[in-house]
Amino acid sequence: MEEAIIQPAAFDLIVVGTGLLESVIAAAASSSGKTVLHLDPNPFYGGHFSSLPLHDLTSFLASQSQFQPSDPRCPSSPQPEGSDHTSVHLATRPLYSALNVTSYSAEPLESRKFNLDLTGPRVFFCADSAVDLMLKSGTSRYMEFKNVDASFVFDKNSGGLASVPDSRSAIFKDTSLSYREKNQLMSVFKLVQGHFEAAGSADSDGGGRRISREDLERPFAEFLNRMQLPQKIKSIILYAIAMADYDQDDLEACKDALKTEDGLDRLALYHSSVGRFPTALGALLYPLYGQGELPQAFCRRAAVKGCLYVLRMPVLAILADKDTGSYKGVKLASGQELFSHRLVLDPSFKVPLPLANSPPASLQDSSHVVGLRDVQGKVARGICITKSSLKPNVSNCLVICPPRSLYPEQVMAIRVLQIGTNLAVCPSGMFVFYLSALCEDAVEGKQLLETAISSLFSVPTSGSPEDTSAGQSENTEALKPMLLWGALYIQELTMLFQKMYPDEEFFPNTASSDQIEDDSGLDHET
Amino acid sequence: MHGRPRKAPTPEEQRGLAEKAAKLRSLQSQFLQNHHGKIYTKEALEITAKLLEANPEHYTAWNYRKLAVEHNLGRPEAAAGSDFIDSVFAEELRVAESALKRNYKSYGAWHHRKWVLSKGHSSTDREMRLLNLYQRQDTRNFHTWNYRRFITALKSIPAEQELQFTTDMINENFSNYSAWHNRSVLLSHLLEEKAQGYFPKEKILSEEYEFVRNALFTDPDDQSGWFYHLWLVDQTVKVDAPMLVSSWPPHDYDFSNPKDCTLDDCGFFSYTAFKYNTGKFPLVLYFSEAVEGINASTVTFEAEYDIDTNLTWTPLSTYNSVSAQAWVTHLNIPDRKINFPKAYPVKVSLGHSQGIISSSGIPYSHRSCITVYIPLHDSQKAEGQKLERILWTDENFCNLETLCQKSNSLNSVLQLRIKEEIDPTAFKWNVETIANEIAHCRELLSWSTCKIGKLTLARLLMAHGAMMVFNSPDSLSMVHFAEVLELYRSLIELDPTHSQYYKDEYSLVFLKKVILLSVNYSCGVGWGEAPLVASSIESVLGYCHQYSDSTSLSTSGCLCLRLSNLSLSRIGSVEKFLWLQMLDLSHNQLRSIEGLEAMQLLSFLNLSNNKIGSFTALDPLRLLKSLEVLDISYNEIGSHTVDTRRYLCTSPLSHTARSDWNFEEFRICNDSVTNYWEAFSLFRELNLIQLDIVGNAVADDKFKSFLHKLLPGLKWLDGEVLL
Repeated sequence: MEEAIIQPAAFDLIVVGTGLLESVIAAAASSSGKTVLHLDPNPFYGGHFSSLPLHDLTSFLASQSQFQPSDPRCPSSPQPEGSDHTSVHLATRPLYSALNVTSYSAEPLESRKFNLDLTGPRVFFCADSAVDLMLKSGTSRYMEFKNVDASFVFDKNSGGLASVPDSRSAIFKDTSLSYREKNQLMSVFKLVQGHFEAAGSADSDGGGRRISREDLERPFAEFLNRMQLPQKIKSIILYAIAMADYDQDDLEACKDALKTEDGLDRLALYHSSVGRFPTALGALLYPLYGQGELPQAFCRRAAVKGCLYVLRMPVLAILADKDTGSYKGVKLASGQELFSHRLVLDPSFKVPLPLANSPPASLQDSSHVVGLRDVQGKVARGICITKSSLKPNVSNCLVICPPRSLYPEQVMAIRVLQIGTNLAVCPSGMFVFYLSALCEDAVEGKQLLETAISSLFSVPTSGSPEDTSAGQSENTEALKPMLLWGALYIQELTMLFQKMYPDEEFFPNTASSDQIEDDSGLDHET
Repeated sequence: MHGRPRKAPTPEEQRGLAEKAAKLRSLQSQFLQNHHGKIYTKEALEITAKLLEANPEHYTAWNYRKLAVEHNLGRPEAAAGSDFIDSVFAEELRVAESALKRNYKSYGAWHHRKWVLSKGHSSTDREMRLLNLYQRQDTRNFHTWNYRRFITALKSIPAEQELQFTTDMINENFSNYSAWHNRSVLLSHLLEEKAQGYFPKEKILSEEYEFVRNALFTDPDDQSGWFYHLWLVDQTVKVDAPMLVSSWPPHDYDFSNPKDCTLDDCGFFSYTAFKYNTGKFPLVLYFSEAVEGINASTVTFEAEYDIDTNLTWTPLSTYNSVSAQAWVTHLNIPDRKINFPKAYPVKVSLGHSQGIISSSGIPYSHRSCITVYIPLHDSQKAEGQKLERILWTDENFCNLETLCQKSNSLNSVLQLRIKEEIDPTAFKWNVETIANEIAHCRELLSWSTCKIGKLTLARLLMAHGAMMVFNSPDSLSMVHFAEVLELYRSLIELDPTHSQYYKDEYSLVFLKKVILLSVNYSCGVGWGEAPLVASSIESVLGYCHQYSDSTSLSTSGCLCLRLSNLSLSRIGSVEKFLWLQMLDLSHNQLRSIEGLEAMQLLSFLNLSNNKIGSFTALDPLRLLKSLEVLDISYNEIGSHTVDTRRYLCTSPLSHTARSDWNFEEFRICNDSVTNYWEAFSLFRELNLIQLDIVGNAVADDKFKSFLHKLLPGLKWLDGEVLL
């Protein structure tokens, strides 16, 4: 294979993988005047954040579900005589597991008409700092967003979907809440508003509207209990507005009990999202053509600022100083060796530790290499395709199944995002659903999603949907969307936790570099 | 647009403003030159266009443009074709629009636009787009709502469609007075026309109650929903047509019939200076609301005795000369020769011919017929009486409660009501609806303290009570006076800025309670379940006294209502006291005595130790021709440097000032009478014998000598005998 030689051979920063976070870093570093090389082994931008046609998605997921065989071209150490560095082979690891794809459709789906997201973020809050980042970095010019029209919660009593009254006018319009519940829900919103207004004022206790520090440290669920809210309202606030994952009522089982302070922050974020943009009435945004547009927009921004892009270029090894073991550069599949001060790696890479002939952990400590590493847990993801909406006349919506709403042992909230034709991710007349839930292991994750799918959709038992629909005479079943295609898989959670270039401004004229961490938080928000 | 704090301009901003002002001034002087010279050229119009773009509030410039349009339409080009006319108006619309871009709350610009469109030369298609643009910018801007009504009328857009628009706007944000208001306007029309889908009224109103309840419960502190709720309550409670509520003399009350217990004996007519002095007897009609059109043709009389049928009716109102809640006329008192023992009956009929209408334009439709008995002239009693000075001290009064049979007769007077034909099922929906609203209001208040919710509950409870009592007086135990009074008490504390209003309402409810309970007391309804009326001190009897000054024969035995020391700030329930001659309202918090003018028999009035701030506040007294004794000591007359009331009332410039008044006659020292104008216009029309005015800032020696001159019949001024 003829490989082009990359010139020059030395950069300030090499970024491997064009996922969202890597692309943000590349764009930020380029904007700060660094020389950046951005590499991706895939023939497309976006890595794990890309949106792919149906077949590409399944084959990518399948390929990433297993350990890559060692590249035969990878030369094993030692390096030629006289070289001052050694090469350390980079292993990749699968980010996905337990992939399970089923097609129920009699006719094959038109693969190319789909733009399916591999992983999150699925949606943004209008007031999220990531949205600010896109506005300030100028990447928003390359994208178009649409509003998620509505939110619903799965109501275990009725088995149906109840709308989420998430604003003053939504509470006013809601027909399912009693007058008392309307008053209670609005009181919570007002309390939160009062708290933040008081916190913003110079007055130390803000006229008594500020919630005490002691109370802020206590669990949010307890705080809501003290306001004597009925379970229904509590559930809406905790899981559909504050977007909590774990069952907040069972503090022993709950791994991530939401503190009152954080709960209030999330409510405030939600409320400042509603009506932030005149064209988006709801709180949530989704990019047109799928989330794969996001990394592409940042890559485009980086390219404008001088970042060099090379696709279809796997990285085989890291080059380390022979004596100190510190990072020097990377070795590409083409055989070329490139050098840089710093390196950012895609989360699928495993950085071998400790490096041979070097002091342990020096590679990490020197902060020259930033890997996107594991956080606790996994996320179960599902993609479903149907020909009808979960709610009539609603194209895009978010559905929350709060803990214990589907079955008594359900400890996690499940989020289901429905995207219709107007976001150009599926053929006209179809709907794509993204399901996600945090989980401990694949078994739990699959159980969560499978229950959600069977509660929300009607799943044909055989390969042909016509056979089963004839057998279903019940009204409630008939109203559920018929599943045409479904995929379930488990994804490892990753998170960036290091600061690079702490002295540089993160996108000139933007906010602090802490935002890298904020943004990374997004990938397990939905 | 709302809730933006004002900031002081920075030096740069100030410089900018100064520059702008200089530019404006030059434009303005050019414009005024053109205006004076009646120059309406294109260039001249361009200058005003610039001026109005910079300052859309320049009314003169807008008017100049109107003149220019009229002028240009008179030019020969106008006759040639409509293109020219269209372009003239199009230019006006353009100028108005660019002015509105600068300030979309400009009265002048909106008005100009209306003027242009009302000429009928311009298309209205653009207007809806413009409106939608501005209504998105500020959904509550009342200018645009106002203009919207104008345009929808012009384009004949159906009210149903506009109603849906208000629904949409309210759904978006229910904190929108303008949208709620327009909703009430549109619904009024639809209900009145009984448009398809808007009948019956009850069904629509029930739906509206539910709709607005969502707003009230979602955010009880937002007043816009309550404002609409108030309108709904008004639609539910309001009796469409005005009604006759009471009269003097009372209907069917025979002074001579022993069964009715003669009023004379129990002190009602112990002192009756009025009728004997003038030889006339007052007949008062009191309506449920202000009406106009009471005259000899709308109110007819039937009597065996030949009475003057061409009577003059006077509206008892201080500020309106055509409509009033109470109307008075004077009948001639026949002499004894007629063959009646003590009184003769007169049948008064109303509503048999058109002409009586309420202030909201609804005609009086009940055919009412009442019989009043006019007492006859008693010459023996009438002559040779000499009035002694009235002393308002406690020892001169004897509580009527102790005088049992007299209290019975009083009660029988209070009980009298004008019988109306009422369909008992007619108010069923209304009563139930109000009861339902009361239940919801109580629920809301059970977990939140909401001022306007409390006020609404108090109003609902009173409305409910009034409807219940109207339907059947026996249901009085259903009226929750104690709860209402408690609500107002807590509102006075919760909301000090509006405490005066709550105090007024408290006073009105208190008076209603006192009167209604006394009626019921005598009806003999059991009060077992109603602990609040355990003692008759709660009823009017506790406040009725007989005046018994040992030195005065003439006034002895006169019945006095003593409502002193009750923190009253307003007078109400006057319709029940049309017979009253002696009234003690001392030691209260009265600032106004509105309503008192209906008590045409009132001769003795004590208003001492109140908060009356000016003579104009006493204006109702001018209508009390029988008033002889007045105590206004220890008030605040003259303490307030600016008397805001005077702008509402009679002044030297007002048409009510009589041309035959010679002010110069009352000149004191070198001061003009205009210093005492208010006092002059009040006392000039009274024939007081006794006046107490001490304890007011105004009452100095100079003022007293002015009064002495003004009131030649005065015998006692602040207790001093005048010679």
